[in-house]
Amino acid sequence: MDNIAGKKPALLWAVHISVVALVLLWVVPTFGLLVSSFRTGDQIVSSGWWQALSTQETQQPAIRVAGDEVEKDGAFVIEGNLYETTGTTISRWGTSSREPEAYAPGETASLDDGVTLTVQPDGAYVLSSPATTAEMRLPRVFTTASSPPEFTVNNYSNVIASPMAGQSIGQAFLNTLTVAIPATIIPILVAAFAAYALAWMEFPGRALLVAFIVGLLVVPLQLALIPLLQFHNWIGIGKGYLGIWMAHTGFGLPLAIYLLRNYMVGLPRDIIENARVDGATDFQIFVRIILPLSFPALASFAIFQFLWTWNDLLVALVFLGTGNDQQVLTGNLVNLMGSRGGDWEILSASAFVSIAVPLLVFFSMQRFLVRGLLAGSVK
Amino acid sequence: MHPALQAFVVILVGVGGCVGYFYASNLVLDKILFPARGPHAGRNINRASAIRPWLFLFPALALLCLYLAYPVFATAWLSLHGRSGQFVGGANYIAMFGEPKFAESLKNNMLWLVVVPAASTAFGLLAAQLTDRIKWGNIAKSLIFMPMAISFVGASVIFKLIYDARDAEVAQIGLLNALWLKFDGGPGSFLFLKLLPFLLVIAFVVLAVALAGYAAQAVAQTRKDFNGRLLAGGIVFALLVVLYAIWGAVGSLWGLVMWAPPFGQPQNWLQLPFWNNFFLMAVLVWIQTGFAMVILSAALRGVPEDTIEAAIIDGANPFQIFFKIKVPQIMGTIVVVWTTITITVLKVFDIVLAMTNGQWETQVLANYMYDKLFRSLDWGMGSASAMIIMLLVTPILVWNVWNVRKEMK
Repeated sequence: MDNIAGKKPALLWAVHISVVALVLLWVVPTFGLLVSSFRTGDQIVSSGWWQALSTQETQQPAIRVAGDEVEKDGAFVIEGNLYETTGTTISRWGTSSREPEAYAPGETASLDDGVTLTVQPDGAYVLSSPATTAEMRLPRVFTTASSPPEFTVNNYSNVIASPMAGQSIGQAFLNTLTVAIPATIIPILVAAFAAYALAWMEFPGRALLVAFIVGLLVVPLQLALIPLLQFHNWIGIGKGYLGIWMAHTGFGLPLAIYLLRNYMVGLPRDIIENARVDGATDFQIFVRIILPLSFPALASFAIFQFLWTWNDLLVALVFLGTGNDQQVLTGNLVNLMGSRGGDWEILSASAFVSIAVPLLVFFSMQRFLVRGLLAGSVK
Repeated sequence: MHPALQAFVVILVGVGGCVGYFYASNLVLDKILFPARGPHAGRNINRASAIRPWLFLFPALALLCLYLAYPVFATAWLSLHGRSGQFVGGANYIAMFGEPKFAESLKNNMLWLVVVPAASTAFGLLAAQLTDRIKWGNIAKSLIFMPMAISFVGASVIFKLIYDARDAEVAQIGLLNALWLKFDGGPGSFLFLKLLPFLLVIAFVVLAVALAGYAAQAVAQTRKDFNGRLLAGGIVFALLVVLYAIWGAVGSLWGLVMWAPPFGQPQNWLQLPFWNNFFLMAVLVWIQTGFAMVILSAALRGVPEDTIEAAIIDGANPFQIFFKIKVPQIMGTIVVVWTTITITVLKVFDIVLAMTNGQWETQVLANYMYDKLFRSLDWGMGSASAMIIMLLVTPILVWNVWNVRKEMK
C-alpha cells in the first residue's frame, strides 16, 4: 500500500500529520491525569496540568501567619517564611481578600492595633506588634507569586497507605488481585476441555452446542445478577469471594470456549490422528498435544479475562459486597469520585494505581491481545 | 481465612479439581464402565467414545447453563412479579413504560446505539488505514489501542478532569474549558464552531444517503432471493430512514446557524442536558476505537493486493481505492465490529454511574436497571428493564447464531 502514498509526498505528509493528531487526541487525556497525579493539590487547582512545566504567576491561597513570638526592643515579633519550599517569588501581596495585591514585596503594611507586617519577595515575613499576639487573630497573607515547576510522589504514598473512602487503595489493590487471579485461571481449564470436545470429537448435536455458546456470548450479564444472587444465597455462599470467582468463571466461559475452539480447529489434523493411531487416549492427546499447542490462544484469553475482571465494576458491586475488606479498585474509585470529587490529587493518583497493572499487562502482552481479538470476534 | 490465602486454595482446588475430574472420569469410563477388552470390547469402545465428549463438556455446560442460560428465564419470570413476590403479569412493564426516567433512558440508549458504534468504527477505520501506510504506524496503533486496557471507571476519572469547570475568574484546570475560553466570537470561532460543524453535518448526510443507496443497490442485485413485497418494504424503510436523517440534519443546521455560543463562560459540560450525553459517549468511543482499529487493520491487510493494483492501473486515486475497493471488501468485518460495539454500548453502566449517575438527563438502561435493583430494591421492575436490554440484544444474538450455523455447514 506504500506504492499509492509513496508517489505523492503531499498526501504522505497529510497522513503523518493526521496520525500525529489522532495519537495526540488519544494519549493526551491519560497523560493529563498522569501529570496531575504528580502535582500537589494546590498546584492542580491553581493551573492546568499543561502548564505544569512552566513557572506560574498565580494568586496563591491565603496563608495565615503563624509562629512563636519573640520580644525584641519592646515589640513582639514573629518571623518566618510563608513557604516551606524555596524558589517562589512574590510579586504582590495583601492582607485582605478584597485587596490581595495591595503591597509590593519589601513594603510594610500597617494593620489594626499598631501591628505591622513586612513580606519579602522570597516569602520571609516579619510581624511586629506593640502588645502580645497571643490573644490576637494573626493576619492572613494573600500573595501573587510565581513558583517553579514542582513534582511530588506524596499523592501516591498518601492514597496507598491511608483510607480515603472506607479503605486504602493499597487494600483495594490486594482485593482486586484476589478477585482477578482465580477468576482468570479457573475458566481456562474448564473451557479448554470443552473446546477440545467441540473441536475434535464427533458427537451428535455438536453444531447446535457451538451455536448455543455463540448465542450466550452476547447475553448481557445484567440479566444474571438477581437470579444468581438468589442462587448464591440459596446454596449458602452469599456475597463473597467464592461467589464472584464462580460468577466471573461463568461469564467468561462463552468467550473462552469460542476462542479456544476456533484456535483448536485450526491445529493440524495429522498430529491428532497419528496420536490416536498410536493408541493415545483423548485425555492424553488433550494434555500432551492440544494444550501445549494452544498456548497462544490460552494466553490471549487469559489476558482478556484478566483485564475484564480487573476492570469490572458491576460484578464486584453485586457479588462481592461493599465491606471495607472487599471493595475492589473500581468500586473504591467510584466512591472517591462521589466523596472526594474535587480532590484531584487523590483521584488522579488512585486512578493511576488502578490502571497501572492493566497497562503493564497491555504493553507487555499486546501481541496476544491482538491475536485474541482477531479470533474472538464472531465472523 | 485471609482472602489471599483463600484465593490460593481456590486456585489449587479449582485447577486440581478440574484436572482430577477429567482424569478420574476418563479412567472410570475406560477401565470400569466400558473396558476395551473382554467379549464386548468393540461395543464398549464405541459406547465410551459416545459418552466421552459429554465428560469433557459437562463442567463447562453446567456452568454456562447455571450462570447464563438459566438467569435469562429466571429474570423473565422475576419481571412478572411484584415487590413482595406476588404474580403481577405485565404490570411492571406497564409501570416502567409510564416512568419518565425509563423513557429518558430508552431515548439516550438509542442515541448511544447510533453514535458510539458509528464513531468508533469510523475512527477505527481511519486510524487503521492511515497507520498502515507509515513506518511508525505500529507505535501509533499501540497508543490508540491503549485505552482498551483502562477500566471504564478509570476512563471516567480521566475525562472528568477534562470536563472540569471552574468560575470564570480563576484558571481553568479542565482542558475542554481552557480550549473553550480561547473562543471569543472572532473568525476562529466562526470557523470551528459554525463552519466546521456545518460541513460535518452535511458530510454525514451525504455519507448516510450514499450508504443507503449502496445498500439498496446491493439488495437490488440479490433480489432473486427476496420476494417482491419484502424488497418494497425494505426500500420504503430505507427511504424513511434517509428522509428522517435529512430532516434531522436540516433541523440541526438551522439550530447551528441560530446558535449564539456563550463565549467567555466556562461550561459545566456534564450538566448541559442532551449534549452531556455526547460527552459521556466520547469516553466509550475513546475506549472502543482501538478495538475497531485492530480488527479493521487486519481486515485491510487481507484485501487482495491484485484488486488494488488493478484499480491503480485503471487510474483510481487513493480515495477511490479506499472507498470503492477496500471498504466494500471488508464490509463483513465492519459489520462484525459494529455489532460487537453495539453490544458493549447496551451494557454500558460504569461510565454513567461514575460520571453523572444518570443525573441531568443522562440515564441509560443499564444504570436505570441497577438503580431499580439495588437502590429501590424493586426486583420486578429491575428485571423488566433487564429484559428490555435482552430484547435489544436479541437481533444480534440471532444474527450471530445464524452466521455460525451457516459457517459450520
